[in-house]
Amino acid sequence: MDFDLTEEQRLLKESVDGLLENSYDFDSRKKYAKENGGWSKTVWSKLAEQGLLGLPFSEEDGGFGAGAVETMIVMEALGRALVLEPYLATVVLCGGFLRRGGSAAQKAAHIPGIIDGSKTFAFAQLEKNSRYDLADVATTAKKKGDGWIIDGEKFVVLNGETADTFIVTARTKGGQRDRNGVGVFLVPANAKGVSKKGYPTQDGLHAADVTFTGVEVGADAAIGDPENALPLIEQVVDDARIALCAEAVGAMDESLKTTGEYIKTRKQFGVPIGSFQVLQHRAADMFVALEQARSMAMFATMASDFDKADERANAVAAAKVQIGKSGKFVGQQAIQLHGGIGMTMEAKIGHYFKRLTMIENTFGDADYHLARVSDGPGLV
Amino acid sequence: MDLNFTREEIAFRDEVRQFFKDNVPPATRQKLQEGRHLSKDEMVTWWRILNKKGWGVSHWPKEYGGTGWTSVQHFIFNEELQMAPAPQPLAFGVSMVGPVIYTFGNEEQKKKYLPRIATVEDWWCQGFSEPGSGSDLASLKTKAERKGDKWIVNGQKTWTTLAQHADMIFCLCRTDPTAKKQSGISFILIDMKSKGITVRPIQTIDGGHEVNEVFFDDVEVPLENLVGEENKGWDYAKFLLGNERTGIARVGVSKERIRRIKELAGKIESGGKPVLQGQKFREKLAAVEIELKALELTQLRVVADEGKHGKGKPNPASSVLKIKGSEIQQATTELLMEVIGPFAAPYDEHGDEGSNESMDWTAQIAPSYFNNRKVSIYGGSNEIQRNIITKAVLGL
Repeated sequence: MDFDLTEEQRLLKESVDGLLENSYDFDSRKKYAKENGGWSKTVWSKLAEQGLLGLPFSEEDGGFGAGAVETMIVMEALGRALVLEPYLATVVLCGGFLRRGGSAAQKAAHIPGIIDGSKTFAFAQLEKNSRYDLADVATTAKKKGDGWIIDGEKFVVLNGETADTFIVTARTKGGQRDRNGVGVFLVPANAKGVSKKGYPTQDGLHAADVTFTGVEVGADAAIGDPENALPLIEQVVDDARIALCAEAVGAMDESLKTTGEYIKTRKQFGVPIGSFQVLQHRAADMFVALEQARSMAMFATMASDFDKADERANAVAAAKVQIGKSGKFVGQQAIQLHGGIGMTMEAKIGHYFKRLTMIENTFGDADYHLARVSDGPGLV
Repeated sequence: MDLNFTREEIAFRDEVRQFFKDNVPPATRQKLQEGRHLSKDEMVTWWRILNKKGWGVSHWPKEYGGTGWTSVQHFIFNEELQMAPAPQPLAFGVSMVGPVIYTFGNEEQKKKYLPRIATVEDWWCQGFSEPGSGSDLASLKTKAERKGDKWIVNGQKTWTTLAQHADMIFCLCRTDPTAKKQSGISFILIDMKSKGITVRPIQTIDGGHEVNEVFFDDVEVPLENLVGEENKGWDYAKFLLGNERTGIARVGVSKERIRRIKELAGKIESGGKPVLQGQKFREKLAAVEIELKALELTQLRVVADEGKHGKGKPNPASSVLKIKGSEIQQATTELLMEVIGPFAAPYDEHGDEGSNESMDWTAQIAPSYFNNRKVSIYGGSNEIQRNIITKAVLGL
């Protein structure tokens, strides 16, 4: 039993915190948001220079062979700074497919570009009717010769606007919601038949709706078993949920800090409003919610390497429930305690609230995961 | 970071678990599972079994009979004890007055009292709260005046848990009425058989008799029963209250109750199927389990922190343990109420007398629910805990 970071992990934390402290204050963020695709290539290069984009990849693939704890450290820091760059989409999600399911050739072709920051990726999964069900895939991949033809529509594809390559879920056989028959395919963004409509999301990130019309890819486009990739998808999406839990903890932690500072300085009736017990207790409840969330984010991080997929899924679902509940409470109360100023675009606090809100609706909300936990073996 | 127990810790857990399995008297275990009160004999019998094993005062320094366990081992021991389930050592002796005596008492006091706490020859109770002094404890009025070689104690204590069984009481008494609130208080040990002490039961809303009023009417107490320095009692009280920060989450108790909820909800039917199969019920239960898992990890974080940095600087997360721990305990008793539904109604008038011939176990579910409302009030009410969090965390 040990909750401490190793010396190397501590150094990693210092370096990522330091980098973001210097390059990611709220004003810089506003500038980055106006760049092409809504994020900064310069910041992305700095993340690459410090090795952050190569963390989870094995050393033989050119990475650092780091584990889930390192990703947690990075994601928490990204959450604190409200980072816009596509770390989740590129490194956690698509990097996850490549390192967990990719062939040697696929790894060699794509991982170096992620690590050096020259390429970004996007995971095209959500469909009009799939909601949070990863097995619900109407997009099809039909065999043609050795390769595949992909047809379908994907929505809210994070980083879909600027990604060089998509990783697309598509059905190779079976009915729309069958667990069997789902594949994962690499599709270049500039392939013939790919069209997209990009837009900013509520939290300042960018996404796209992407249509695949008769897109032809080779046999080497399929990651893992094209007829049975759902276990891989579930594992990688769990990686993403774990990362989102850590990001949310960073955002909550910073929200509470900012709120604490605000109520200590904002005066009404001649005194700081933080002297009012009703506000103090609300802040204390935010702390309780944050600490419970922090514990569950750690639990989920540890679960990422569980041998049994169902145990991992159960733990991650439980964590996502806690993060959802805590995130909503901390986010909403941070706005409430700020009062009117919390309602403005100008104040940073509202942006934390918006990011927390979008995290709740990504890869399953609290209700969705609560239902999963309630059908599982329990946690006691 | 590694949230798994080490191989040694798992071996320790198995050893403890096996010991409880083999040694907790079955009737005691069953009564606890059913939420019934134990008789004095049942409790003392178990504590003596525990003490014979060398685990009666496990967290004390080795020289006074402690085990020298790590903080993780203490955590495991407590959780296994609660899940067995078995009665926890009497906190008033083992966790409260014992550590005050070995930390601030003189050699004679250590020799006289510590062994008798371990063997439960002395049953201790706590004389802190008064009718006018609850959360504002330092406003207490019970006074001790020097007269010759004695203290003369007058006043009233209340909420005195299990005073009806007690041989000794440790009291906060005002010894300097002119000093400011916190500074005129002393920590005095009083024999419950002293002339002038009257114990009056308080019946709580569950029908039970756990707590009492204790009246002091010109009670004579030897001067040597003062612990530490005169007028420094408030410091010792703060030390005492800060000592048992992590146990208060009672994670093991809630785990055991969740098992019981599942067992009963698997048997009791609603609409032709077990309550446990109802989706809404399952989700409510899952929500509590998730909070409990989070709490267990929060507790382990506090435990690990204590192990690393000592108990000196309290981790503000310990107040989270009290708030969430009590909320979860209450939520589990509420779920049991929901499981049993209309059959919660029958009231067993003799249920509290520790007899084995009381009514069906179902009669204890509502009392347990009523009784557990106390857990967010005692030990520093949850509102006081929020004050502590505010000060420590927000620096307000």
